Amino acid sequence: MATEEGRKHPNYMAVWAGLAILTAVEVGIVYLGFSRNVIVMVLLALAVWKALLVAMYFMHLKFEPKAVSIVAASPLLPAAILIIFILFENFG
Amino acid sequence: MSVQAAAMEGRLPERGLGVYDKKVGMWIFLCSEVMFFSGLIGSYIILRFGAGNEWPLPGEVLNIPVTAVNTFILICSSVSMVKAYAAISQGDQAGLRKWLIATVVMGAIFLGVQAYEYSELINHGFTPASGLYGSTFFTMTGFHGFHVLCGVVSMSYITLKAFRGHYTKEDHQGVEVIGLYWHFVDLVWIILFTVVYLI
Repeated sequence: MATEEGRKHPNYMAVWAGLAILTAVEVGIVYLGFSRNVIVMVLLALAVWKALLVAMYFMHLKFEPKAVSIVAASPLLPAAILIIFILFENFG
Repeated sequence: MSVQAAAMEGRLPERGLGVYDKKVGMWIFLCSEVMFFSGLIGSYIILRFGAGNEWPLPGEVLNIPVTAVNTFILICSSVSMVKAYAAISQGDQAGLRKWLIATVVMGAIFLGVQAYEYSELINHGFTPASGLYGSTFFTMTGFHGFHVLCGVVSMSYITLKAFRGHYTKEDHQGVEVIGLYWHFVDLVWIILFTVVYLI
């Protein structure tokens, strides 16, 4: 039976190590004395980085046809619109 | 099974997207889950930062160290999940079973620690009725915990099937698809932990 195999497997332990390190950095940053805005921006960037690692490597998006990534990314725009409308409803 | 029969069953990669039906179905379901959690987390962010200094800082109420360890445990369960998938894609039945059990156990541990956290918070007077902060916190983490619970239950079923030899090197779509759900649950927690506990 034909499958999609012949697919590559990335180094999962390396991704795991990256995720562990990023988590430790995230927690550590909170206790260092940076300004609040810097902390927020760095934390958000690190969270996005971790999320991308999980999506690209564990969920195999990097090795799937591009169309799958488009499907996976498709709710981001509606989600942004949803949040913008919630924002307007609260402060409009 | 003939090629035509396999194609009729949705087990072949389709020409359009290039992946089999179950995977497309799971990804579309995950897209709806993204909308679900976006609504919850987006509302939390807007309510909290619109409330100015009225809400306590997370570190004052929540146990960040314990939850950080719990986050690490969930990340490890994602690794064991993907190792299970890698094992069966090479036909390694023993590896599949071992790593699936590890995933179920770590998922259950995550839930146990969350339940412990909840009991501690409630005993200290922080409940879903503790204003907007309490209700948003317990709603977000509660729904996430429910998703983890559903994942653990589904994963246990998949593990049972694995022990019965249901998955092979040629056909292990169920393992891959439940893996996608599990990684998604981990991904949501990565965002939740950062936004709710650290920021």
